[in-house]
Amino acid sequence: MILVYVNSDHGIGKSAMEVVTYGKKLGDVTVVTAGGASDADLAKLGQYGASKVMIDRNAKADDAQQLTRLVATAAAAVGAKIIVFSNDLVAKAVAPRLSVKLKAGLISGAIALPEMGSDFTCKVNVFSGKAFGNVKVNSDIKIISLLPNSIQPELTGADCAVENFDGAVGDIKVKVLETKIPEGEIPLTEAEVVVSAGRGLKGPENWGMVEDLAKTLGAATACSRPVADIGWRPHHEHVGQTGFAIRPNLYIAAGISGAIQHLAGVNGSKVIVVINTDPEAPFFKAADYGVIGDAFEVLPRLNEALKKFKAANN
Amino acid sequence: MKILVCISKAPDTTSKIAFSAGNTQFDENGVQFIVNPYDEWYALVRALELKEANGGNVTIITVGTAGDDSVIRKALAIGADDAVRIDAEPTDAYFTAMQIANYAKENGFDIVLTGKETINYNGSQVGGMIAEAMDLPFVSLAAKLDMNGNTATMEREVTGGVQVVQVNTPFVASCAKGMAEQRIPNMRGIMAARTKPLNVVAPASVDMLTSFVSYDTPDAKSSVKLIDPENMDELVNLLHNEAKVI
Repeated sequence: MILVYVNSDHGIGKSAMEVVTYGKKLGDVTVVTAGGASDADLAKLGQYGASKVMIDRNAKADDAQQLTRLVATAAAAVGAKIIVFSNDLVAKAVAPRLSVKLKAGLISGAIALPEMGSDFTCKVNVFSGKAFGNVKVNSDIKIISLLPNSIQPELTGADCAVENFDGAVGDIKVKVLETKIPEGEIPLTEAEVVVSAGRGLKGPENWGMVEDLAKTLGAATACSRPVADIGWRPHHEHVGQTGFAIRPNLYIAAGISGAIQHLAGVNGSKVIVVINTDPEAPFFKAADYGVIGDAFEVLPRLNEALKKFKAANN
Repeated sequence: MKILVCISKAPDTTSKIAFSAGNTQFDENGVQFIVNPYDEWYALVRALELKEANGGNVTIITVGTAGDDSVIRKALAIGADDAVRIDAEPTDAYFTAMQIANYAKENGFDIVLTGKETINYNGSQVGGMIAEAMDLPFVSLAAKLDMNGNTATMEREVTGGVQVVQVNTPFVASCAKGMAEQRIPNMRGIMAARTKPLNVVAPASVDMLTSFVSYDTPDAKSSVKLIDPENMDELVNLLHNEAKVI
């Protein structure tokens, strides 16, 4: 039995569909979740392969200790041998706790399905995206935390049953005073397309053309470290070694030279487009497509070309 | 206030990543080891700032062999009072976390800090594991930490935004960017570090739940395809028909 934890507090996101699809490839999937999602929304997870969804509406979806107890109780109730998370900020708090609680080996940052021969191994990203490792799990119960954008959600079935579940979650020790989530933005780590820019843009007032291009593409916006450090853009947009690691299908970088620390955060991207005036910029070595030119001219031109393409293909 | 800061050694961020022994081991040849940047820049420096403001003691702890003492001295040079090395190879996150949790339980700390992840294994596991083993609250990816008496107010990253939380000591937190600014050790710190206590502690008996059996490096990218900056229709065409990403 496969137990999949999904975040459903802010609706069913793409990462939830990914982990259910992933779990379905390993066996019969039960989903466990917390918080206030509607039954109708949760039932839709059946379309991606869940047999049943169990929700504890008393558990706080942002309390790691409660979620750990919830997932542990659910794992015991269904006899789960494999527990799957999406490797997001919730999983980073919950999965390690659960690993200790159940004495179950944790594979974090998985990017593929596990090999389940005589050994149970799974491929993960290591060295900040510069290498892959194959991790073997020795324990009876295994926990896999899957990197977002590692599998395409697949529609395979129909709506499933949703049951209320008592996860025996206990009390809360971390009091939440305030949650600030900007409305309408695509979470960077879940985005399929990311448009990013660096110091080459010369100032925060020039980000309009980055945002325009992102809007046309339905993309999230990102930036390099210097740009976040000098305050042109918020820190939650910083991708790279010390910022977020992302692996979108398409990463478009303008005015970023491509230092090794920046590449560490983005080299999981399937396709990289680099726009830079300097033909010697190291980023071109990591790029699939390169445009040697001024971002101030190229970005608006690319935006127009995309709008034309979208108009012709709709 | 007693603060325990967990540090790990990591290859310098500019290191060439290669593997030896049939791709089963990280090739340490010519690699310079540093204190994992998240542990040093954020966890350790913030711990020192809290000590400077409120008094107390900052101890650093690592699980490692005698070869790691030079990395520990680097961390001591930045300003910690003393260091503990659990004398064992840090084979997996569970083993490492249980060793640290054992020590922390026996010696009593108000705050245990880790970096948000190491730059070599990127697991983000040890902090949460220590918290569970000690049955303490855990705040992951904290970007701010202020103390008022024994109450901490922290800002942490959540999907798509930030959250402000409050928790009482004792607790465990992992530290991310924003927590503090990197400190460069000065000559006095480096000299003082040589004589600060470094206690070597025998490891407890702990199972290993996971092991790395092999590594691969990504295929080298084929060379970049250059597109005329005047012709963005061509780029759109390639992204649609060749790369199939739009």
